[in-house]
Amino acid sequence: MDFLVGYVNYLTFFAIQAGIFAVLCLGLNVQWGYTGLFNIGIAGFYAVGAYTSALLSGPPPAELDWRIVGGFEWPFVFGLLGAMLVSGVVAFLISLPTLRLKEDYLAIATIGIAEVIRMMFQNRAWLSNGVIGIKHIPSPLQSPIQERLTSYLSTHTEFPGWLNRLISNGYNWFYLGLVALILVLLFLTIERLVHSPWGRVLKAIREDEVVPAFAGKDVFWFKLQSMVVGAMMMGAAGALYAHFAKFINAPTFEPMFGTFLIWVMLIVGGSGNNKGAILGAFVVWGLWAGTDFFTGYIEMEGFRAASVRIFLLAVLLELVLLFKPQGILGEKKVIYPQRGVGG
Amino acid sequence: MLVEILQLVVFGIISGSIIALSGVGLSLTYGILKFANFAHGDTMTAGAFSALAALALLEAIGLPDHPLGPLSFGFSILMALVVGMVAAVLVGLTVDKLLYNRLRNTGTAVLLISSVGVAFGLRALVQFIWSPSPQYYIRKIQIARDYFGIRIKPDQIFIVILTALLVLAVHLFLTRTKMGKAMRATSDNMELARVTGIDTDRVILWTWIIGGALAGAGGVLAGIENKFITPTLGWAMLIYIFAGVILGGIGSPYGAMAGGMIIGISGEVSTLVIPTEDKPVVPFVIMVVVLLVKPTGIFGNR
Repeated sequence: MDFLVGYVNYLTFFAIQAGIFAVLCLGLNVQWGYTGLFNIGIAGFYAVGAYTSALLSGPPPAELDWRIVGGFEWPFVFGLLGAMLVSGVVAFLISLPTLRLKEDYLAIATIGIAEVIRMMFQNRAWLSNGVIGIKHIPSPLQSPIQERLTSYLSTHTEFPGWLNRLISNGYNWFYLGLVALILVLLFLTIERLVHSPWGRVLKAIREDEVVPAFAGKDVFWFKLQSMVVGAMMMGAAGALYAHFAKFINAPTFEPMFGTFLIWVMLIVGGSGNNKGAILGAFVVWGLWAGTDFFTGYIEMEGFRAASVRIFLLAVLLELVLLFKPQGILGEKKVIYPQRGVGG
Repeated sequence: MLVEILQLVVFGIISGSIIALSGVGLSLTYGILKFANFAHGDTMTAGAFSALAALALLEAIGLPDHPLGPLSFGFSILMALVVGMVAAVLVGLTVDKLLYNRLRNTGTAVLLISSVGVAFGLRALVQFIWSPSPQYYIRKIQIARDYFGIRIKPDQIFIVILTALLVLAVHLFLTRTKMGKAMRATSDNMELARVTGIDTDRVILWTWIIGGALAGAGGVLAGIENKFITPTLGWAMLIYIFAGVILGGIGSPYGAMAGGMIIGISGEVSTLVIPTEDKPVVPFVIMVVVLLVKPTGIFGNR
């Protein structure tokens, strides 16, 4: 039984992480999957969200901290909304010079902005605490929930050890529920959006932006909105991560996990399909965690094991691109009912 | 003050040389294959580490290695340089054969994603073999010499001269040889080139050969300048190289040379007014300004 509880607790932890990645994937799906915007600076928007939320909802600077700003201890919801807002503003600013140009330029610019953001959080100690990072970011409602669980368990000393351990982990269940709630809300919102006339314009832009331009659509404006909406979701993922991990620093947002992994997830799951984006996040994160068990059996130095896993991830991406470019689910072909001329 | 500025300009020319050299390769592949190869930086890394392996091998077989004149390294680094260039070419050709060649007709975007995958895959491979910690090319400390108040190390003069020679070779290749002319024609218009009987497959092959060789050389030169290399060497330089290529005009090798130099010099000179740790932001800012003002770059016409 103890063995099983260990697994259940691990699965909860796993699902929280995968759920946060799924939010990132949904954001990328809006930008890439539906609009064809090549963002390889996901980590930058993710980092902006995480830091914004940590500064708004986190603790004030401790005595030995370098940072002099933030720490308003606002409720989590405000941190989350602030994260979305600031990430959206950053996306707006980077979109202005780049969205009118070819896709490669946007790709190069986003890779640049992500590096600049990471460096800023590394070097601006007054804002981000530099290499020390921001610690003790509170998880929403953790102390009341934990207190209740503890007092409940203290009145039930007859519980066997495994049940005790299962219930002690209750807060993670709550956080999983929170991630799931936000994921579902975002999923439903995006589903509605992409199936609206707005979403149809995005898809038209992805296929060939000359056509919607001819139909009188302001292509730049639509791309801008798509970029901002996607980045806001990435910001939300950042907030979810910060309040779960309780600690962030600049290396957390290296392009490997912040950007590359998300791309693999979306391509594997099926870009242009929101269910695919979520599925991809869970499948690829499952494979990632699975290879950890696998390399655990082989005697290997830590960096070797990590390299093997990253290499396998790259191989997986290339294989999907070569042999199943639509991913596991792929985009459903939708034929919209034809309307009269001028409709 | 003037000496101080000149000193920074000289440093800028040295780092600019490496950026320009790698940029020419990137610009060539960009012009002909029509996609931004995000694996270019990691191809540099692969070249630099292959050179490291060659160095270790030469040392293991006990080849006597005396420093050449005032340089801090000997003949073995020159041999390692060739190995690094060849290795980078092989990486480029292999990846093209395995992936890009098959994905070429699915559109630019898929090639872009694929090249990001290649970048991370290559880096993981290098990291697997050599670990993430720095590996030393040269352990000897070289004292900079004083030329009219400006300090330069002989190794740095070597870097600039070698870059100039390689760039000259590329220039002669592009303007004097049949293949070079075919490459320029293909870069301008692949369909038209094909109609006029140019073997575009061979052009693509030669593009990878030259682009890879320059990337490999850039990686090794970066190793000589820094004395050590890490697996993130190429990825970290990618943003500088792209900034140079965009500044010079995508697809224009000459633009990439000029752009790379400007990025190198402006990065160093900027330290007069901004803190050193913000130096990496400079190329990015220049790039954004270019994109706003003249997206085709200085020499670009597309």
